[in-house]
Parts: sequence; structure tokens; C-alpha cells
Amino acid sequence: MIEIKGLVKTFPDKRVIDGITVDIREGELFSVIGPSGMGKSTFIKCLIRLLKPESGQIVVDGTDIGSTTNEFTLAKVRRSFAYLFQEGALFDSLTVFENVSFGLKYLTDIPKSDYPKIVKEKLALVGLKDVEHLKPAELSVGMKKRVSLARSIAFAPKYILYDEPTTGLDPVTTGMVKDLITDMRAKLGITSVVVTHDMKLALDISTRVAMLYNGKFVEVSEPPKFRQSPDPAVREFMRISHLGTGDAAQ
Amino acid sequence: MKYYISEAVGRGVLGLAEALGSAALMLRSVLYWLFSSRFELSETIKQAVKIGVDSITVTALTSFFTGMVLALQMGHSMKNLFNEPMYVGTMVAFSMLKELGPVLTSIVVAGRAGAVVTAEIGTMQVTEQIDALYTLGTNPTRYLLVPRYIAFMIMLPLLTVFADFIGVAGGCLVGVVKLGVSPAVYMDDIYTYLGVSDFMHGFLKTFFFAFMIATVSCHKGLTTKGGAEGVGKSTTEAVVISMVLVMVLDYFISALLVAVGV
Repeated sequence: MIEIKGLVKTFPDKRVIDGITVDIREGELFSVIGPSGMGKSTFIKCLIRLLKPESGQIVVDGTDIGSTTNEFTLAKVRRSFAYLFQEGALFDSLTVFENVSFGLKYLTDIPKSDYPKIVKEKLALVGLKDVEHLKPAELSVGMKKRVSLARSIAFAPKYILYDEPTTGLDPVTTGMVKDLITDMRAKLGITSVVVTHDMKLALDISTRVAMLYNGKFVEVSEPPKFRQSPDPAVREFMRISHLGTGDAAQ
Repeated sequence: MKYYISEAVGRGVLGLAEALGSAALMLRSVLYWLFSSRFELSETIKQAVKIGVDSITVTALTSFFTGMVLALQMGHSMKNLFNEPMYVGTMVAFSMLKELGPVLTSIVVAGRAGAVVTAEIGTMQVTEQIDALYTLGTNPTRYLLVPRYIAFMIMLPLLTVFADFIGVAGGCLVGVVKLGVSPAVYMDDIYTYLGVSDFMHGFLKTFFFAFMIATVSCHKGLTTKGGAEGVGKSTTEAVVISMVLVMVLDYFISALLVAVGV
């Protein structure tokens, strides 16, 4: 379970996260939506402490990593997380095989001889085959994202953080990624946090949706209730996402 | 006007203090992981090849022609003064071993390998690959910086020794072909007037240069911001700073080595 209490993150010119308090429960699929530039990526980067918040607590399975400077505590907590980066963040100098097996080498005790089987299996799960020998530069944007997803799930994490998982993907791949995110939760019980500006995706797959606006969660609720939210920011975002206002959606 | 000048000076001082502070923190982390972690052998070998082996050609060309021009200038000066090209071997070897070998090789390595390191780490930084390392259980200092530090510290001294030999050989070629000095006399001049301490003077300096180039290149890479434009800017800054610092450090380390009798 991830408990977030009074999270504040500021950049020199802006307070991006302004005292967020929320619990992300075991096994749930929690989505954070909001317009671009509102701090959604900043929020999940704080969860895994890729960014250090100014104040607040981030308690992951009982360990507060909000303000710790202990690298070992951070490394230990990060081991239970996988992170799907917006642009994939594949290592350019490594092949697809080396990228997908990277986490296996550093996060597990699985013997090297098992890597080919696991890599093949995870790549098949994201709809790729015979790409193990390719370098990231030889892949399309969609393929990079799928390889990145295979890398994220290869070491069986407890939590997965998805940063704009469907941005830049074609509709077929978007559907595949959507199914994969729901499967991760349904079959493996992985707790997922999805950050997206795709309102439809968030409402379709999530157990709870949070709307980030001006540094705060202005609405946190289950999708049916979210659709009925009276909050003006939510209603406006629903309208521009062509999902109608709360009333119309009803 | 005064306000703008003082603001600019203030920003500059703050920027320098911030850069030095973050470089010091990076160094602390490098030293920690250097002595307390599993050794990334394959990554270190890969970097040694990139930094050292790939710099051999340009180092050889630079030092060979430097040795040649040294011999030519010294030989003609001696001819003008004493009517004979005396001590060409001594002067070429002395200059190459103590100064030009280490300094030129360091500048070549800073310009070639240092730029590669900054561009590589900088690109990883702006494309979130450094963050990805954290999420995959790997500390970037351990995986990226330590192998590069080791590679610089091993390969730059080796390249310098190679450059010393090539430079002396270049001088010998000009001495024999253009100035009419026999190879035996050229070599005898070297053996008679140069000692091990002369070699060590130049050789020891390269460790300081290697450490400095690794620090500047890695730090500039890690602090890259702003996409492709930022990578280009960091790379240029890393090369310029490294080259200037090679010159500055050269004086102070030479003075120190002279003071301790090396």
C-alpha cells in the first residue's frame, strides 16, 4: 500500500504538487488525469523518489521515503516498483534482449540461462517477437514503448507506474497496452498507478480516478462517481475529452 | 546598470558554487561506489576501448607530427647557434616526456573521449535513461561513472606512454632524414641526459588529468538539461573546461612535482 500525506513539490517558478493526500490500495488500478503540464509525471516521479518532494510523506509498505536521504532505503523500496517511462527510456547502447533482461540481472537471483526464455515470454506478452537482437534506434515509437513495458514487467514488480502509457501509439497498440495494464492487475494482482491525459482510458480501466488540477486532487473517486463529479475542472476536462459533462455522461 | 552587473556577478558566483557543490557530491558518490560495489567489468572494458583504443590513431598522429616539428625547430636553432644540430634527441624527448606527451594526449582525449562521455551521459539524462537505471535497481554512479573513471585513469597514462614513444620516433625521423643526425647519436642524446624521473614527471601528471577529465565529462553529462540542444551545449562546455583545466593543472602539478624532486 502507498500512503501519501501532504505531498508538496515545487519548482523554482511553480508549486506543482500542493499538499496531496491519498492512499493507493493494494491491487487497485489508480489513474491520475489532468491537462498537460499540471504535474502528473512529477507526481509519480515523487512516488518512487526520482524527484524529492519539499515536504510530505510517501509511505510504501510501511517505509516512509518522502524525506529519506538513505540510498539503501530508497533502493530497497524501488525494488518493488516498475516504471514505464513516457518515451520508453530504453538504453540506446543495449539490444532489446539486454534491455528487457536488465532488471533480471540487478533485481533478481534468476540464473542467466533463464533470461532468453523470460525475455521471449515478456516480449510475446506485449506482441513482439524476433526483435531481441535489435537496438532501440531500429524500433518504431510504439515498439519502443512495448519493449519498455516488457522490461518493466520482466522482474515481476509489486507496483507498476505508467507515465502516459498510450501516448504516441496507434489505436491497435493502444488497445493492446490497455488490455495489458488491466491484465497485470487482474492476473498478477499488481497495483498500478497510471498517469494519463486520456480520460477515456482512465475511466475504462481504473478502479479509482483522480483529477490533478492546480497541484491538488480536485476529485478522487470510482469511474461512475467520477463521471458525475460537480467539480468545474473535471466537467471541463470531460467536455474537452469529448466525454460530455457529468450530466451528459449520465 | 549597477544592479544588472551585480545581479549577473551574483548569478555567476551562485552558479559556480552550485556546480562545484554538485561535482563534489558526485565525486563522493564515485569514491564510495569505487570501493564498495561489484565491479562492472564488461562495462569498464567497453569504456576502456572507447576512451583508449579508439583514441590511438589521433594520439599517434598528433604526437608523431609534434615530435617531427620539435626536431625540425630545435635542429635548425642549434644549427644557427652552433653550426651543428646538437642535442636534438635530448630536447625532443625532454619536451615530449615531461610536457607535450601528457598535455597533448590529455587534450586529445578530452576532445575526443571526454566529448563522447558527456554526450552519452547527457543524452541518457534528457531521455530519462538515468531515471530508468534507478528504477531497475542500478545506481547510475556505479553503472555509468565508475567504469568511465577507471577507463580514463588506466587508458590516459597508457596513451601518454605510447604518445611519448611515437613523438620521439617522429623526432628521430626528421633528425635522420632532414638534419643528418645518426639514429645512434639521437638515442645516445636521450639516454645520456634523460632519467627515469623525467619520464615519471610527465607520467604522474596524466593521472591527475585523467581524473579531472572524467570528473568534468561525467558531471557535465549528468547536469545536462534541455534536450538535444542541451546535450550539444554540455558537450562543448565539457571539452572547453577540460582543455583549460589541463593547462592550469599542468602548471600547478609540475610545480608540485618539481618541489618534491620528480
